[in-house]
Order: sequence, then C-alpha cells, then structure tokens
Amino acid sequence: MSGSVIEIIQAQGKDDEPVVVGRAAYEHPFMVRLCHWINTVALFVMVGSGLQIFRAFPSFGAKIPQKDLLHWPKAFAIGGWLGGGLQWHLTFMWIYMATGVVYLGYQLLSGNYRQALFTRRDIPGVWPMVKHYFFFGEKPPVREAYNPLQKHAYTTVIVLGVLSVLTGLVVWKPIQFSWLAWMMGGFHYARIWHFAVMWAILFFVLGHLVMVILHGWNNFVSMLTGWKKDPEY
Amino acid sequence: MKTNDRKMDEKKFRQLGRRELLKLTPVLALGAFAIPKWQEGLLKKGLAFSDWASARLFRPGHLATTFDDAELTPPLKFPINGYDVDDPGVDLENWTLTVSGAVKRPGEYKLSAFQSLPRVRQNTRHVCVEGWDVIGRFGGARLSDFLQMVGADPAARFITVNCADDYYESLDMATALHPQTLLCYEMYEQPLTRAHGAPLRLQIPTKIGYKQAKYLTELKVTHVLDKVGYWEDQGYSWFYGM
Repeated sequence: MSGSVIEIIQAQGKDDEPVVVGRAAYEHPFMVRLCHWINTVALFVMVGSGLQIFRAFPSFGAKIPQKDLLHWPKAFAIGGWLGGGLQWHLTFMWIYMATGVVYLGYQLLSGNYRQALFTRRDIPGVWPMVKHYFFFGEKPPVREAYNPLQKHAYTTVIVLGVLSVLTGLVVWKPIQFSWLAWMMGGFHYARIWHFAVMWAILFFVLGHLVMVILHGWNNFVSMLTGWKKDPEY
Repeated sequence: MKTNDRKMDEKKFRQLGRRELLKLTPVLALGAFAIPKWQEGLLKKGLAFSDWASARLFRPGHLATTFDDAELTPPLKFPINGYDVDDPGVDLENWTLTVSGAVKRPGEYKLSAFQSLPRVRQNTRHVCVEGWDVIGRFGGARLSDFLQMVGADPAARFITVNCADDYYESLDMATALHPQTLLCYEMYEQPLTRAHGAPLRLQIPTKIGYKQAKYLTELKVTHVLDKVGYWEDQGYSWFYGM
C-alpha cells in the first residue's frame, strides 16, 4: 500500500562502505497514476470541447431575446465549431467516465481511499491548514499522508467529477434519464449545473497546480514513478 | 524507523523509477487523437459509439415530459431556425406528401389525409443542439398511425424525409413508432406558419431539434439508410435521442 514502504538508497562509497544518499517512499500506486494522467488529458478535452459547445449558445436564459453570459474565445476551445466540439465531447466522455469508474473501483477495493477521504474528524484541521497556506500561519504537525485540507480537496473533486457526469447525462438525455433530470430541475437547469460544476473543477485544478508547483520536483515525480525522494523520510 | 528500512542500490532505484514510468505508456495512446491523419476517423468512431449507446438507451415506451399550458413558451418567442431560407415558398394549395419505399400504398397524400387521422396535441420541450430550449404546443397525427395508413412494412428499419428547402433527415423505426412522434401540422392550435414548416413537419420530442424536419415533401420507408441527414453529413450525431 502506498506510503508504507520506505527505501534507503545506497551507493558504494570509496572504501566499500555503503552510503545513504537518499530516502524514498512509494506514494502512488500504478492504478492511481494511470487514471490520474488519462483523466488529466480527458478532462482537458472535456473542458475545451465543452466550452466550444457553450460558445454556440453562451447563455442560460431565453433564445428570444438572447443575452449572452460571457464570450469564450475560440482559441481556448477544442473542436473549431459546434459540430467539432460535440465530436470531441461525445467521444472523450466515455474515456472520462470509464477512467473514473476504474479509479473509484480501485480506491474502494484496495482500501487506498481511506488516506484521502475527508471525514468529520478532519473538519477541525482544515482552517489551520488554510491559515498556513494562505495567511502565513504556522505549519501544523504532519500526522497523516494527506492533511485535512488535501483530503477536503481530493474528496470534493471526486464528488464534482461524479456531478459532472450526472449533470452531463441529463444535458445529453433528459428524457431517458428523466428521474435524474427531475432531481436537477429539468434540462434547462441541468445545463446550468453542468457549467457550474465545470468551473468548480477548474478552481480545484488551479489550486492543485499551484500546490504541485510549490511542493517541488520530487513530489511531482512521485505521480509519474510512484516514488517520492525526500530527506525527511 | 531507520533500522527497519529496506536498502536499495542507487542504480537499481533509478531503474525502478524508469520501469514505473514506462508502465504509464498506455496514456500516450490518447496522443493518437492529436495526429491529423487519424483524428477525423477516431472522432467519427467515437461519435458512432455514442450513437450506438444512444440507441441502446432508447426506451420505446418511455414518454417525453409534457407540460402545462402555463409553462408554454409564447409563440413569438419560439425561435425560427433553418439552414437556408425561413420560407421556401411551398405551394400550400397543391401540396402533397410523396410516400414511397416499403409501403403497400405509395403515392401522393394531401393534408386532409393527415387531418383525418386521430389528432394528438402535446406540450413538449424542443431542444436545439446549440443548447437553448423552448416548450411548444404541437398538434398532428401520430407517425405510427400514418405508417399504418400507408401500409408500411413493419420490418422496415428507417424513415427518410426530403423537404422543400432541400433539407433532408432520417429516423430509426423505433423512434418513428414512438407515440409522441408526430407528423405535425399545428402549433399553438393554429396551422403551422410558413416559417415553422407549413404545411407539415416532423415533431419528435425524443429527438434533438435538427432531426425534426420542416416543410416535408417526401417520405420513404426503407430497410437501408441511403440518405442520412443534412447536419449528420456535416459531422453531427445521427441518432441524437433525448
């Protein structure tokens, strides 16, 4: 299981005595890494193509009269036009959904979800973490593999991912998924929720990228190889 | 903790890292979509898969949501959408629908034929592929009733239609037989206006807007799909069931 194995890396010193040149821990199992990178690509395409689709009717009001909410530039969209955007969106949604299902299945069946799942016990630890990251507060003691704020982020994004699929299914098929549609207020509202969920996910991605950059190269490499070199281990 | 740590040679650790990285190569398969030569074909296959899943998800007995009159979009706010002209100048006096294909009684059908069939009026949501939607009040004959009138082959798989503005579309038989699929000649209890497709259009609440062809001139019952649809030929989905 991730985080539980600590390796001491050794090289032969000049007088044949082994020298410890570093330590590393196995942080991210293969399935987690595989799903992470597949859905990094898939999410990128879903957002880009989704915004291309949005450009065709960038409003959540009436068609007559049409009042656009915002103009999203074509240069930051995928597909070139509505037809193209739909092709990308309706193709990559299957990759996005399948990867999500495999990831969730793996996390649940392996028990690996426990270290990242936000529970009631984590609530008191969130604010000290926020103070530390954003308001120069002192660093709370490291108790677990993921701190409460991380758990909050990584749990919320999974919920958002599921919501992106559920709202998307209603936008795609409000009649065949009529009970889901009813829960969301119907097709017209589902389109709004789908858009809003996308922005929430993008907000997570922004925070995630900032944290990844701040925590350095060795931490980033751990999502590629699984292993994180860290003198603190 | 230190005394329990496993030891690994530095060179072996680098190899381990490389191996673990190589395990991720399947992700590169997604790069196929970025290769210009393969992109169109891959996206076409993706869309076809989506259409296949759509057809599997379609339930012939499941009805589209209907709405109260209070929820109707006012007629003047029901957009007129077309791809060419809003009014192709149909000769309403002499209009007929030319029926052909796998039917016992092909030929010309006047508007009175459709009006003689049981009239269905329904308040349903019309969704445009662009993303907007309106709720309209539509009236007409069930396509399934008309198919019975013309003696259509029950084993036929598709309906294709041609329109006065050279638009064309096609329908899977399961949707054609759906109780809410209409040959519509009324909107808001008035005969169809020219801009909305007079004298006859398809009204299919279980399909996206662009499949609900206006100003019908020809209808064919067929086993083989030879003509697909105007927007499909531009790259849009064929089944596009709601």
